[in-house]
Amino acid sequence: MKGDLPLTLDDVNEIVSILDGSQYDRLDIKTARFRLRVAKSDEGDGWTQQWSLEDDAPEAEAVVATAPEEIEIPEGMTAIRAALPGTFYRAPSPGADPFVEIGDTVEPDTPVGIIETMKLFNPAAAGCSGEIAEICVENAEMIAAGRVLMLVK
Amino acid sequence: MIETLFIANRGEIALRVIRTAKRLGIETVLGVSEADGRSAAAWLADRIAPVGPAPSAQSYLSVDNVVKAARDSGADALHPGYGFLAENVGLARACAEAGIVFVGPDPASLEAMGDKLMARTVGIAAGLPVVPGGEAADKDAARARAEETGYPLLLKAVSGGGGKGMKRVDDPAQLDAQIDMAMREAQAAFGDPRVYVERFIASGRHVEVQILGDGESAIHLGTRDCSIQRRFQKLVEEAPAPALPDDKRAAIEDAAVRLAKHLDYRGAGTVEFLVDSETFDFFFLEMNARIQVEHPVTEAITGIDLIEQQLLVAGGSPLALTQDMVRPFGHAIEVRINAEDWRKDFQPSPGIASSVRWPAGPGIRVDTHIFDGGEVPPFYDSLAGKLIVHGKDRDEAVAKLVAALGDFALEGMETTAGLHIAIAADPRFKAGGVDTRFFGEFAHG
Repeated sequence: MKGDLPLTLDDVNEIVSILDGSQYDRLDIKTARFRLRVAKSDEGDGWTQQWSLEDDAPEAEAVVATAPEEIEIPEGMTAIRAALPGTFYRAPSPGADPFVEIGDTVEPDTPVGIIETMKLFNPAAAGCSGEIAEICVENAEMIAAGRVLMLVK
Repeated sequence: MIETLFIANRGEIALRVIRTAKRLGIETVLGVSEADGRSAAAWLADRIAPVGPAPSAQSYLSVDNVVKAARDSGADALHPGYGFLAENVGLARACAEAGIVFVGPDPASLEAMGDKLMARTVGIAAGLPVVPGGEAADKDAARARAEETGYPLLLKAVSGGGGKGMKRVDDPAQLDAQIDMAMREAQAAFGDPRVYVERFIASGRHVEVQILGDGESAIHLGTRDCSIQRRFQKLVEEAPAPALPDDKRAAIEDAAVRLAKHLDYRGAGTVEFLVDSETFDFFFLEMNARIQVEHPVTEAITGIDLIEQQLLVAGGSPLALTQDMVRPFGHAIEVRINAEDWRKDFQPSPGIASSVRWPAGPGIRVDTHIFDGGEVPPFYDSLAGKLIVHGKDRDEAVAKLVAALGDFALEGMETTAGLHIAIAADPRFKAGGVDTRFFGEFAHG
């Protein structure tokens, strides 16, 4: 919206060719709209490009919490945590029975849910043995990596 | 000619389409979800229009939201990119009803190629060789199909692409569980749970042909090889396909053009083949009726801007290119730099890139939407950018790839760049012509 890129990909490569035959090893251009730094790479004969785009759009609110909320793990309980950020599902398909309910006994490889991240479904296993004492997240809830999904006693 | 183009996609391909549209003097309107308002593509587009909340099912996959946003923006054409609704016949029809040109083939071609079963039938009708297999609507049907094809077999989403909903099954005992997962992924990614059961050919290469058509004539822009895949997601693509005898290459290219002509195909498309790595016999797999992720390798060796060709044909112009005008030069390789921790079983690593240095220079192209401060959100796929190198021959391209990857630096996320450095150093890759088993063997010793 604010953007306008007067430089094409080919232009950047031409800038590199010009610099390559010169005594200069870096170029730093800053306008109201973008900053481009072209520099000789630290090692070897290559070159790199680094871009920042200046934007006047308002900061978007973070859609997902980046840090998992810490909940206290009660004495004698073990937490099943999310290995990945994503959307947590309790059942293998919509309308199907959940993988586990409170009171179910689990082994380390018992599936307890599915986490959808970047369009792929990743099975979530209990990772410990015992009885499911508490389910800490809602079905289809967006979760951060490390979030406590369930408590096992 | 198109005046205002609505881009119904996100990420690097949205930025890529906007760049060419701007060069052609076309106004651009980008549909954005709530997660993408500050993306690089949103920055570059002339205007942005909301298409819904962050989850793609409610935004980029919603035909109603996308078409409404396009109509309200006053766009006279819509580019669907790849993935999402790119091959959705519902979108193509809804565009037509709204008086918007869909930058892609006619609904009839999308229907013919939109599911693998139809594609197979049409492929046979066009005289192309195919692999044994068939569709399964449920578990029982899948079991019956598996009896016919034998093991190992592949389960694929009928409406699919990009590896989603695709599973390899080596043993009958795994079949039920794998069907559940495949159907679930297929439903979530494409809104259609049906799967296709197919015999898995052990040593095969994935070779595809880029074609362009205008509804009357069709030409090819040569082969690409995409045999390096992990769980059917392409990681490395090159053009032309290496280590292929000239007569077989010509036969594959001819078959692709034959299919395009059979369909009276309009626009850019890719005809995919499975090539036996020993005999070089080839089987038609499917046609992707859209631009593909790996299109830049073809652009690198031909000098033809495929997005420009799509926009020209969609705008009503006949193909200005003839087969004789396509003169490929040298060799190009593309690697996908994904936000994934490849050392931890490719665990997704969404996040914000605090600092990104991409390689630059002659023979190097970077297609990315991730610059300093750029975000790979957890809602969409993990692609952070594509590095494309072009050399006078394959050896030069591989050397350039190694050097360019060494210069790449991204802070804030894990990426697969290190994986590509390791692949590029592998003697089998350096020799060229690896089969689809390469990556599994490479990854597990």
